[in-house]
Amino acid sequence: MVEIRWHGRGGQGAKTASQLLALAQMRAGLEVQAFPEYGPERTGAPMRAYNRADRRPIRRHDGVTRPDVAVVLDDSLLGEEAVAAGLGPGGLLLVNTRLGEEAVRRATGHTGPVACLDADGMGRAHGARYANPVLVGALAAHLGDVPLEELLAAASELWGGRLSGQALAANQAAAAAGFAWAEGRRWAWAG
Amino acid sequence: MASDGARSAAVAGADAPAEGRVAARRLLTGAQAAAEAMRQIDPDVVPVYPITPQTPIIEAFARHLAEGRVHGEMVHVESEHSAMSAAVGSALAGARTMTATASQGLAYMVEVLYLAASLRAPIVVAVGNRALSGPINIHGDHSDAMLARDSGAVQLFAENAQEAYDLMLCAPRLCEHPEVRLPALVGQDGFTISHSAEPVALLEDAEAQAFVGPYREEDALLDVDRPLTHGAFAMPDAYFEIKVEQAKALERAEGVWAETAAAYRRLSGRDVAAVEAYRLEGAGRVLVAMGSAAGTAKDVVDELRARGEDVGLLKIRLFRPFPRARIAALLSGATAVGVLDRALSPGGWPPLYAEVAATLAGQVRVQSFVAGLGGRDVGPEEIHALFAALGGAGGQESVYLGLGRGGWR
Repeated sequence: MVEIRWHGRGGQGAKTASQLLALAQMRAGLEVQAFPEYGPERTGAPMRAYNRADRRPIRRHDGVTRPDVAVVLDDSLLGEEAVAAGLGPGGLLLVNTRLGEEAVRRATGHTGPVACLDADGMGRAHGARYANPVLVGALAAHLGDVPLEELLAAASELWGGRLSGQALAANQAAAAAGFAWAEGRRWAWAG
Repeated sequence: MASDGARSAAVAGADAPAEGRVAARRLLTGAQAAAEAMRQIDPDVVPVYPITPQTPIIEAFARHLAEGRVHGEMVHVESEHSAMSAAVGSALAGARTMTATASQGLAYMVEVLYLAASLRAPIVVAVGNRALSGPINIHGDHSDAMLARDSGAVQLFAENAQEAYDLMLCAPRLCEHPEVRLPALVGQDGFTISHSAEPVALLEDAEAQAFVGPYREEDALLDVDRPLTHGAFAMPDAYFEIKVEQAKALERAEGVWAETAAAYRRLSGRDVAAVEAYRLEGAGRVLVAMGSAAGTAKDVVDELRARGEDVGLLKIRLFRPFPRARIAALLSGATAVGVLDRALSPGGWPPLYAEVAATLAGQVRVQSFVAGLGGRDVGPEEIHALFAALGGAGGQESVYLGLGRGGWR
C-alpha cells in the first residue's frame, strides 16, 4: 500500500492531481483511492488531498495519517501547515518551490528525503497553467508504478472532454517533463 | 491508442468473478457512481432542490441531462419538502421517479417520505449520509438516515463506491415490485464514499436497463378511464389496518431483495445480499457494522485472524426491513457481539444496536459502540479497540470510540 498526501490551496488543483495519479495507477493495473480532505472548499485556503494505491483491493476508508510521500503545491504552506506530519524518516517530501532543500528542511523539520522542483516554472515552460501535472509526473516516476504512456493516457481521459486540445497537450508535456526530471533522480524508496 | 474501456477491462480481468461478465472499470466517486446508475436507469422525473446540503449526485446527473445522455425531466423545486412532494405526485402518475439528498435535506423530506410510503410511491432516493445539525456539520454519519428510520421506506447502506452503484441499480426493481411498492433510501457515507474516487465496474447500459425493466404503475393517478383516489383521509376505523398493510409490504421487501440480489449476482458477479458474512466461520467475537466502516473492519479482521484471534464481521446492507432471522442465524455461534453505530438515540440505545440486541435477545452478549459522528475518522485503531473491548465484561452503556481524538488528521 502506497499512501500520498497533497498539500495545496483551494483552486491549485490538489484534488485534480490526486485524481490524475489515481487514474494513471488504475490504468496501470493498481487498485486505487483518491479523495480530498472533507473540509469546506475555499479558494486560497489550505486544503489536502490523498491517494492510496495497492496491488490488492483497498477496503479501508479512513484518513491517511502516515503517508509515504507528501507533496506540497505551494511553498507558502511550508511554515503554515504541518506538511511533514506523519511522514516517516524514509518518506519523501516533494515541494513545488524555488527554495533549496535546506530551506525546506528548516521550515518543516523533515529529516528524510526532500525533493525541490520548480513545478510552476516547468509547467509554464510547457504552456501549462498549473503545477499539478508536473508534480504528478514527478511522483509517478518516483513511485515507479506507472509508465509514462499510462500517465499521458490518463491525462487525456481526465481532461479530454474538458480542456482544449492545446491545453491538454500542454498538461501532458508538463507531466512528461516532471516524469523525466524525477526519473533522473532516485530517492530512497522502500515501496 | 487502445480504447480506455478495453484497457481497463483487461485490468478488471485479473480478479474477474467466476460467473458474470467482465466489465470495464472507471475511476468514480460514490456520488458519480450513483449518478451513473441513474443515467442507466434514465428516470422519467427527478425533482430536486439543488443547493446545500445537496450531493454531487445531482450535479453529475444534471450534466448527463444537459449533454443528452438521459431524457427525463429534472424539476427544480424550492425545498426538499417540495422535492419529495413532487416525487410522490410523479411516481403515482406513472413516472419512474428518483431524487437525491443529504443531512438537513433528508430531514426536511422526512415528513413527506412518510406519505410516500403510505401512498406506496416507489421513489428511489440516493442519500449521502451525513450528520444533522446542530452543531452545524456537513460531514458523514448515519444521523440523517436514522431520522427517517420509521418512515416506512426501504433503507440500504453501501460500503464503497461500487456498492453505491450496485445498490442504486437494484433499488428500483425492489421498490417497484408489486409485492413492495415503497420508497427506498440508498445510502452512502457522506464524503468518505460520496467524494472519494475508486475503481467502479459498470454494467453495459443495455443490460443495466434490461435488468431494471420498465416502470408500471397499475393504479395511475392520471388514468381518466379508471379514476381512483390516492391519499384519502383514514379515520380510526381504517388507519390501523392501512398502517399494518404498509408495514407488511416493507417486511416482504426482504424476500424480494433476496430475489433481486440473486438476479444481480448472476448478471454482475457481485453480491448485494441483505447482509455480508465476513470470516464468520468459527468467529467468537463478531462486529456488526454498516457503511464504509465495514471495509476498514475487514482489514482489521484479517489482521487479527492472522494472529489467531477468533473475530469476524457481519455487514448490514439492508437496514429496513431488518433481516432479523438471517442475522440471528449468522450470529448463532458468536460468544460476544459488538455493534458499531454512527448515530445516537440520546437517552436510549443507538439504532443499529437496538435492532441487533432485540434480534439476539438472550442469545449472546451484545455491546454497543458509537464512532464516527460528524465525520470523525473511523480507522483501524477504533476497530482494534472495539475487538479488544469485546473480550471484556461488557457494559450497560455505549462505548464511544475515537472520542477526544479531534483535530484534523
